Amino acid sequence: MSAAGRPGVGWWLLILPAFLLLVAFYIAPIVQVLAISVTEPEPGFGNYERILTSSAVQRVIFTTLRICIITTALALLLGYAIAYAITLARPVARGWWILAVLVPLWISVLVRAFAWVTLLRRQGLVNNALIGAGLIEEPLPLVWNEFGIVVGMVHYMVPFAVLPMLASMREIDPRLLAAARGLGASRGEVFRRVFLPLSMPGVIASGVLVFIFSLGFYITPAILGGGKTLMVAEWISLQILDLIRWGLGTMMATMLVVAILVTLAIFSRVVDLRRIFGAGA
Amino acid sequence: MDGAYRTGPFGRSLAWVTALYLVLPILIVVPVALTDQRFLSLPQEGISFRHFGTVLGSAEWLGSIWQSFTIAVAATVLSVTAGTLCAIGCWRISRRATELVRVLMLLPLIIPSIVYAIGLYRYFGPLGLLDRFLGVAIAHGVTGIPYVVITVSTALAAFDPRLEQAARGMGASLSQTLRWVILPRIAPGIFSGAIFAFIHSWDELVMVLFIASRQVFTLPRRIWDGINENLDPAMAAVAVLLILFTLLLLMADRALRRRSEGG
Repeated sequence: MSAAGRPGVGWWLLILPAFLLLVAFYIAPIVQVLAISVTEPEPGFGNYERILTSSAVQRVIFTTLRICIITTALALLLGYAIAYAITLARPVARGWWILAVLVPLWISVLVRAFAWVTLLRRQGLVNNALIGAGLIEEPLPLVWNEFGIVVGMVHYMVPFAVLPMLASMREIDPRLLAAARGLGASRGEVFRRVFLPLSMPGVIASGVLVFIFSLGFYITPAILGGGKTLMVAEWISLQILDLIRWGLGTMMATMLVVAILVTLAIFSRVVDLRRIFGAGA
Repeated sequence: MDGAYRTGPFGRSLAWVTALYLVLPILIVVPVALTDQRFLSLPQEGISFRHFGTVLGSAEWLGSIWQSFTIAVAATVLSVTAGTLCAIGCWRISRRATELVRVLMLLPLIIPSIVYAIGLYRYFGPLGLLDRFLGVAIAHGVTGIPYVVITVSTALAAFDPRLEQAARGMGASLSQTLRWVILPRIAPGIFSGAIFAFIHSWDELVMVLFIASRQVFTLPRRIWDGINENLDPAMAAVAVLLILFTLLLLMADRALRRRSEGG
C-alpha cells in the first residue's frame, strides 16, 4: 500500500468544525440579509428601485465611490513610496521601515481615529499650533468633513497597500536595476522603464485590496465624518438602528457585497486572491 | 557603497513623509494622556499620571477591559481550534473542493463587517444570543478563523508531507500523527494565528455595536461612546494602554517567530 494514497475520511472530518461554524454562523446570517432585501417591506425589487429613484441613495453611493477612489489613489502613492524604500533599503534599515508599516497596521482603528480627532478638531493640536504661530486666525475645518475622512482612511489603508506591492517588488531582480544603470540609464529612466512596469502587478493587487476595504469601511468614516458626510456603511447602520428600515439597509448591504465581489471577479485574472491574503503556498 | 541601486531623493523623501504620517499621529496620544489639564491638550505646566489613575480606578473601564479580555480568549480558542484543523485538512487533502473551502474561509476578511453585523442582529434574536457573552464570542471566533487558516497554511507549506506519510506508514493513527508529528512542527504558525485572532476580537467594534447593548459592553464599545460623547484625556490614557498592549502582543509574536526560525 502506498503511503501517499488517497487521504482517508478522517482528514475531511478535520475540516468539518470550521465549515459548519462558517455555514451556521457566517453564511446563514449573510444570506438572510440578502433575503430580507427582496422581502421587506413587501416581496419584490422595490428596494432596488430606490437606487434609480431616490436622490438620497444616489448621493450616498457617489460620496462613497468618490472617497474610495481618492483614498485608493493616495494610499497607492504613499504605499508605493514606502514599499520602494523597503525594497531598496539595506537590511538593517529595512527592518525599521517594515516596523513603521506593521505597527500602525495592528494598532486599534479606534485609537487611530481618536488620535486624528485630537489633532484635527477645531480646538485640536494642529489648529492650536497654527493659530499660535500666527498663520491662521480662524480654526480650519479639518475634521467632520470629507477631508477628515480621507486623512483617516488613507492612514488606515497605507499598510494594506504596502504589503502586496512589497511582495511583488521583492521578486524584481536587483541586478536588472544595476544593469540598466550600468548601460547608461538615468535614475529616473531606470525607475520608469524597468522598476515601475515590473511592479505593476503588485500595484493592481494593492489597489483592489484597498478599494474593497474602503467600500465597506465603517468606524473611521463614522468618527471623522461626524455624521455629516455619510458613507455606505454608516448609512446602512442608520437605516437599521435608527430608522428601522430593514429593506433599504439590507438592499444597500447587498449592493455593497455585490460591488466587492464584482471588483474581485474583474481583477481575478490579474490578481491572485489567495496571494493577496497570503493563504496557502 | 556596494554599487547597488538605491532610492532617489524624491522617492526617499516621500517614503519618509509617509512613515512619519503613519507613526506620528499615533504617538501624539502619549503626551495628551500625560497632560495636567482637564481637557484634551498637551501638558502645560508638567506631566501628570492622573488620567491613567482615572481609568484604572474606574469600575466601568476595568469591567469593560475584563469583558473584552474574556471574550477575546474564548473567541481565540474557537478560531484556533477550528482554523488549525481546517488548514491541516485542506493541506493534506488538497483538491479542488478544499481550494473552495479555503476561499470560503477568507470570506470574513472580504465581506465588510457591517453586512455581517446587521445579519447577526436579526439572526441572533430568535436564538437568544443578543447581548450575551456567548453570542459575541461566537461572532468574533468565527470571523477570526481566516487569520488562523492563513498563518497555519503558511506554516504547513514549509512542512514536508513525507513526514506525515512516514508516521502513518509506521502505523500511527490520525490523532497520533496530528499530535506528535504535525502540531509540534506548525506550533509557531498556530501561535501567530492565535495572536492575530485575539487582536481581532479585542479590537472588534462593528459587530458589538449591533449584537450587544448593556450586559456585554466591551472596551471598544466604551471607547466608541467616549469619542462620541465626551472627549477627555482619560480617553487618551486608554489609547496609550491599548497601544502598549498591542506592541506587547506583536513583540511576543516576533520573539516566537525568531525562536522558531533561529532553531
